[in-house]
This record gives sequence, C-alpha cells and structure tokens, in this order.
Amino acid sequence: MTTAHTVLDRAPDREIKGRSLWQDAVVRLARNRAAVASMILLLFIAIICVLAPLAIPHDLDEIYWDAIQAPPSPEHWFGTDANGRDLMVRVLYGGQISLLVGLVATFVSLVIGVSYGATAGFLGGRVDGVMMRFVDILYSLPFMFFVILLMVFFGRNIVLIFVAIGAVEWLDMARIVRGQTLSIKRREFIEAAHASGVPTHRIIFRHIVPNTLGPVIVYMTLTVPRVILLESFLSFLGLGVQEPLTSWGVLISEGARAMENAPWMLIFPAVFLAATLFCFNFIGDGVRDALDPKDR
Amino acid sequence: MDAAAPILEVDRLDVRFSTPEGVVEAVNGVSFAVGEAETVGIVGESGSGKSQVFMAVMGLLATNGHASGSVRYRRQQLLGMPPSELNAIRGGRMAIIFQDPMTSLNPYLTVRRQLTEVLVQHKGMGEREATKAAIEMLDRVRIPEPEKRIHQYPHEFSGGMRQRVMIAIAMLCKPDLLIADEPTTALDVTIQAQIIELMKELKEISRTAIVLITHDLGVVAGLSDRVLVMYAGRIVETGTAGEIFYDPQHPYTRGLLNSMPRLDEARVDSLETIPGQPPNLQRLPRGCPFQPRCPYAFERCETELPLLKRVGSGRANACHLERLP
Amino acid sequence: MSQAALLSVRDLKVHFPVRIGGIFGRIVPVRAVDGVSFDLRAGETLGVVGESGCGKSTLGRAILQLIPPSAGAVIWLGERIDSLSQREMRAKREDMQIIFQDPLASLDPRMTIGDIIAEPLRTFQPKLGRAKARARVEDMLAKVGLLPQMINRYPHEFSGGQCQRIGIARAMILKPRLIVCDEPVSALDVSIQAQIVNLLMELQREFGLTLIFISHNLSVVRHISHRILVLYLGRVMELADRDQLYRNPRHPYTQALISAVPIPDPDLERRKERIVLAGDLPSPLAPPSGCVFRTRCPYATQLCAEDIPPLDPVEPGHHAACHHWQAIAAGEKQTTGPFADMLPAPEQTRPDSDR
Repeated sequence: MTTAHTVLDRAPDREIKGRSLWQDAVVRLARNRAAVASMILLLFIAIICVLAPLAIPHDLDEIYWDAIQAPPSPEHWFGTDANGRDLMVRVLYGGQISLLVGLVATFVSLVIGVSYGATAGFLGGRVDGVMMRFVDILYSLPFMFFVILLMVFFGRNIVLIFVAIGAVEWLDMARIVRGQTLSIKRREFIEAAHASGVPTHRIIFRHIVPNTLGPVIVYMTLTVPRVILLESFLSFLGLGVQEPLTSWGVLISEGARAMENAPWMLIFPAVFLAATLFCFNFIGDGVRDALDPKDR
Repeated sequence: MDAAAPILEVDRLDVRFSTPEGVVEAVNGVSFAVGEAETVGIVGESGSGKSQVFMAVMGLLATNGHASGSVRYRRQQLLGMPPSELNAIRGGRMAIIFQDPMTSLNPYLTVRRQLTEVLVQHKGMGEREATKAAIEMLDRVRIPEPEKRIHQYPHEFSGGMRQRVMIAIAMLCKPDLLIADEPTTALDVTIQAQIIELMKELKEISRTAIVLITHDLGVVAGLSDRVLVMYAGRIVETGTAGEIFYDPQHPYTRGLLNSMPRLDEARVDSLETIPGQPPNLQRLPRGCPFQPRCPYAFERCETELPLLKRVGSGRANACHLERLP
Repeated sequence: MSQAALLSVRDLKVHFPVRIGGIFGRIVPVRAVDGVSFDLRAGETLGVVGESGCGKSTLGRAILQLIPPSAGAVIWLGERIDSLSQREMRAKREDMQIIFQDPLASLDPRMTIGDIIAEPLRTFQPKLGRAKARARVEDMLAKVGLLPQMINRYPHEFSGGQCQRIGIARAMILKPRLIVCDEPVSALDVSIQAQIVNLLMELQREFGLTLIFISHNLSVVRHISHRILVLYLGRVMELADRDQLYRNPRHPYTQALISAVPIPDPDLERRKERIVLAGDLPSPLAPPSGCVFRTRCPYATQLCAEDIPPLDPVEPGHHAACHHWQAIAAGEKQTTGPFADMLPAPEQTRPDSDR
C-alpha cells in the first residue's frame, strides 16, 4: 500500500538552510537582557579605549607641570596623576593593554589547552595519565615564583606577560576540556565516527572539539576577567608592563598609593576595570544559559 | 460502561504548556469515564497526550502546564483542588505507577520506609503495624523473602522487582483507581510477562479499577476491558478491547494494528505502514490532525475537525467516515 | 546466493574485567559474550535476540572490532580480522557498517546531515571532489526517503524516524556488504518502526546487503530475519532458521520468550498458555555453573548444573543448547510452539522473492 519513501510536508524547491545549535544559542542569548547590555557596554568600553585617545589632545606621557596630581577639570576630565600626566588618556591606553592581555593570553591558553586536553582525554589510558600528571606538576608550581623567574631572566616585557599568564591558564582549560572529552567520547556519534573509519585525529578535531566548545566558551568569558585581574595584580606588585606603557593594574596601583590625596587616580581606572569584569561575568552567565537552557 | 457511578469522570479536558517557542496543546477536549473495577487501556504514541491526561488528573503537571475542563473523582472536582485535599485522594484512593521504577523510588530510603510511608500517611497506622502490612503486600506481589528484602534499598532490586515494589506501594492503601503509566515498557519481555500476570491477579483479587497507559498494543490486548486510542492530544476511538482490535473503525487505529508484525500471523513481504511523521503539537493542522497521514482522507478532513461521536453502545469514533471500507 | 560464508564467528568471547571488593578486591570478568559461533552467508539477515545482559549489543560491536574480543575468531571474507591493527581494520570498515539504537545520539549535533552522510566518503574516497560527493549524498537521501533539500539541516531538526534514516544513509553511502543493526527501531514509535523495517528490507534487496539485526522485539525480528540466534547471558541458547524457531522452538528459554510476547489480539492473549519464568536474570558477575539458564528453567536437573550443554543439532539448520530438548519436546502436549496450530502450514506462507 505505501512505499518506504515518505514525503515530508510541502517541499520547497530551493535548498533549506538549517538552523544549527549555535544559531539557537545566539537567539537565546539575545533574549538575555543582562548579557546583551553587558555586550553593548563592553563594546563601548573597547571602542573608546581604542579610538578616544586619538581625539584627546593629550599624549600618554605628556607632563603638565602646572597640573600635577590635579583633580578632574574641563581640561583633564579625569584629572592628572602624580607626574602630571592626563589620567583619562592613560586610563584609555591602559584599557587597550588590559583588554589585549586578557584576550590574547586567553586565546593562547585556549589553543594550547583545548588541543592538549582533547588529545589526553581521547587517547585515555597511560598517555592520558602521563599528560595529566604533567599538568598536575605544573599546577603545583607557584605562579609568582615562575613569573619572577621569567622577569629576572628576560626583563619586564609585555610579551612575557602574555607568556606567563598563558602558561598558567592553559592548565585549567586543559583539565576542563579533558573532562568534557571523557564524557563526549562515550556518546554514540563518536562510536559512529569510529565505525565509519574516521582516523583518530579527525575524530578529535572534527567531532570532539566542536562539541566541547560550549563549556570552553563559557570558561573563556570567565578567564578573560581573571587574566586581566592577574595582570593587574602583577602590575600592582610592580612586575607588570613597563613605562611608558600602562595598564589598569598599574594605574590602580599608583592610585592606591595616592588614595588619600587624589582619590580620582584610583576611582577612574577602578571603575573601568570593575565594569569590564562585571560585563564579562554577565556575558559568561548568559552564554552558559544560552548553550544549555535546561540548566537554568 | 457500568450502571454504577463511574469512579473517574473526565469532561472536555484541555492541557496546555507554555514554552518559549509558543503554546503546546498537549491534550484537547478529552472526555471519558472509568467505572468500578474496570480496566481501561489508553493507547497512543509519542505526542498523543496520553500521559499528560493523567498527570492532570493526579495534579502532577509541570509548572508551565495548565489544565482546564473537568476531572471528577467520585463527583469531587479534582482540578483546582487545594493540595491538602488532593493529597488525601492521591495515594489513598488513586495511585499511580510509572515507567522507570529506578527514578520513582527514592534511592536513599529503604523499601520499608517507602512502603510504610503511604500507610502511615493515609491510614494513620503505627510503624510496626504498617511494616507487617507491607511485608504481606510484598509477598502478594511475589517478592521472595519479603521480611529480609524489605530492609534493602532500591538499587539492590532488579528492574522487574522494583516495579513490583511500586505496585505494592500503590496497592497498599487499597486504591479505587490505579493508574499505570507505561509500567512494562522499560522491562525485558520475560519480566514484562511476569508483571502482566501479576496485574491480572491483582485485578481478580481486588476491585481496583486500572488505567493502563501504553503504546504497546499487545499489553493492552491482554489486560484491558475497554480501550481508548489517542492521537495528537485527542481521543480518536473508543470501544471494548474486542471491538478495537477486531473491528477498528478509525484509520489511525487500523493503521497502527496493521503496521505491527505479529508472531501469530503469516509473514508478509512488506509491512503496511502509516506514512509521514507524528504531528507537531505546536502547529496542528486545521481539520483532522491525522489527515496528512490518512489513506482515506477527503476534502472535508482538511477543513473540519471530526468530533468524537458515539457509534453504538460504548463505542465512539472521531472520523468523518461512518465506517471504513 | 553463494554458499561460502561471508562472515564466520568462532567461539567469540568478550570479557570485561571488573574489580569487586574495593581497591584491594579481586578482578572478576563480566562475561558479556561467552562463546558465540555462527556463519553468515551473503544476502542473509541474522536476527540476534535476547534480553538485557545477553550480550547481543556487545556481540555486534565485537564483530566489527569496535570492542576488542577477548578470545575467539572473527573471519571476514576468509580473513581473520580480530587481531588486525587499528589501521588495518580501518581499511575494512568500508565494507562493514553499523546503525545505532538512539537515532539522534548517533549523529554529531554540530554537523549538517549532509556532512554527516558525506564523512565516510571523505574518509575512504578523499579524491572524489565536492560536487560528486554532494550528488552521492543527495542520491542517498532520496533513497532513504528524505528530501535532498534537507541536506543543510541539523539533526535536532528531525524526528526520530528521520534521524534513523539519516543514520542508514550514512551507513549505506559506501555500499557496504554487511550492516550491523543494533536495536534500530526500539527507540521509535510503532507506526514509524514499520517504515524503517521496510526501508531496511528494501535496501537489502536492492544492494544485496547482509544484515545482523539485533533486537529484543521478537515480532520484528521474525519479520526481517532469515535465521535467528537466541542469546542468554552471553551464550547461544538456540540457532535456527526463522520458521523453524518460531514454529518449533526447542530451547526452554526460546519457548518462554516466544510465549511472553504480547499479541495484539484480546482472545488470543487470554487463551494463550504463557510460560512465565520464575526469578530474575542472574548477575553477569556470577553466572550459574553449567547451563546459564538453569536457575530459571522449569526443566533443570543436576546435569544442567554440572555440564555446559553443547549446541545440539535438532534438525538441519537448527541447533539448541539444552541437555533435555528431546525429552521436553516429547513430553509436551504439543510438540510445537505456542502458535504452531494458528500458523498456516508452510506451503501456504506467501512466497518470498529469494528466501
């Protein structure tokens, strides 16, 4: 009576574009007001950090001898620092550095951590054991010690900051991705790929990694603020970027020292830093909810 | 239907779920009654709404679900009843057992605690008395060495045994109505046979009415007096078991029966199928929900929804055709 | 139909070591598959039935070397494949594919179905070229009853039955000779099950496929299989041609299994003599000695506890692993299964094309 060929509802002639899970997640994310507001704010901060310095008539290291540690005024909207430099332009340039460190170091940790973790998790057994013990050993090294060593040997260099921070953060990422891989490994579509003869490296990078990206992305949005804080901490201790470059951490450090006399030196960079961190956290929560709505 | 008053009367029950993607009409205008000591089989596939009807009856709908219409247990309106009053009926007079006994039993409590809980709660029995009654019931459901096993935890029982424990818990308060939602679906065939035999025995001993919700027509055939067939949230056909299985009048019922390969019939080269896919409950077609898949459909089926009409004593059919060819 | 076996399985065993008794306890093997042997000819369908813990899924995977066998041999086209390296085995996978029980879970949720179906092509025919590969995928989609325009959709946009069709398309794209079907319709609605079963049989006819159909649903297995293997706790209880098995089951377990299947016929169900087995499945960590079925068998004797029953020939093509099958058969009121008197005589069965 009927054939095995079933016909679906009215067939359009042209090809149908599919609706991927990512697209679904984007739609859900767009409904999250806190996340969307945070994204807009973050974008705003990023844009003014990059573009505004071009519009401000002051330079990063220009010294105004007549306005040393001066409070906010029509000429210097954020006031000046202890050396008479315009604070606003320094906060904005500092923002560039802080955001850059945050994004680049996170990206580095992502690439290393994901590859390492997925491979360890997928191969399993002894290889996994060895790889993760290596991670454990690195984990137990005191971070500060490591950074100080680097600074002593190679001097204070911004690239070094990236290396130092990236070298620490990838460990967490590797652990997370390994855990994800262990659970994905058991899912049937991986078995199906194996049964279809797909070689191991392709299974890892074509099937496992894209399916771990959900938690990885969430983790990334929470890593960026951590990295920025880490850099600020280093700067606070005097191990951060070198003059004349500055970062929010450096500015906060200076501001903390002059807190009693010149509170604006602390308030402005702190507000920027705090706002940025809040934004990343809200976005991170939003992305997590969007990717796994059951988990509310 | 019995001359005596029915135990459960459902009238024009609707169940709607609000989801971010829109309203899902899981149950639409369902009306039926269950009489004393009757066994009614509710048959349907996924999306038929069969389970949601009884979730609404027992007041167990999810928070985004809303039931409207009338559900009466011995003349008492259950919909909208405050939880305190509903609790007196649930467990005490109406009991329900589910598909997966592992998740219905609390893994942290001994079986004894879970059995005696209903007795203590509903009958006000003391612990010792309740435990004695519980052991007797475990024996009745054929659990070997019930005095020993009653102190064990659910994970120490096999799937079939856990389902027996569920039945024991349900039967302890001698309910008028037992709702069994896919009770044997998760069980192996030989264990399923044991549970079916057990339910047959219980039917004979007690005067409990049973509502058996399942997609397995074989299970329904053996246990039910009457059968309701559901599709896309509506009842499409009702009748006695004999009428439904030997003389199905709704195209869906007929298609369902014909598409099952049967052990007792000669083999055919190719199974008869119902073409197409189960309905999308968020976008039901305007007329008959089964029309896209129906081999007997004609123009009226696309535009007009066929209502469930009586076609004889105790029989009803929701189809524009009077009789199928 | 050639007489040489396409696939031979010889005393296949799969044991999983499990540690019981805490960290210093002993290691005990879970005998998931414990000595299974059979031959499979080209174009045949072997149904493998049994309940939970019988090892049927493990058997299917062990044959395809997705799980390494612990002992025994798997011979494919005359060559032993159980001891090949991963790379050598990968080359053979072009010819041996699998379809899974959970249709949605077997598809990568982040890939379009076009990519999913095309992946085996990319693996084995990397030089094929995108246009040609796409054409083959669209062809395959049509063959399994899906619209080729759906090629860019994602698995979660399809129903269960449609996902299973996608899984079948992926398995078929390389035109394999053997497909292991692991409970392919168990997770589907009844009305969709029939569609998928018909599809598999059609594809088998068109492409000369050999199938191993694993299922706990005896009615479906009877419909699709030529021969049937009944498993219990990893061992073969009975192996027979389809009609022989359903008409004259000789092993008590098979008899119980067949009588336990509910038939959608109220009169029959009420009249039927149902053999209800006592007790539950023994733990696979401690299988009974001798015949593993003896703890639930209504006919068990001391001999059953001492000796493992060999697969005895009952009639040509029919073997049963029971010490007492002859006595049971002679002692029963009916010498045939529960439905033999309701089944039409063999001559009246509708003729099949090549069975």
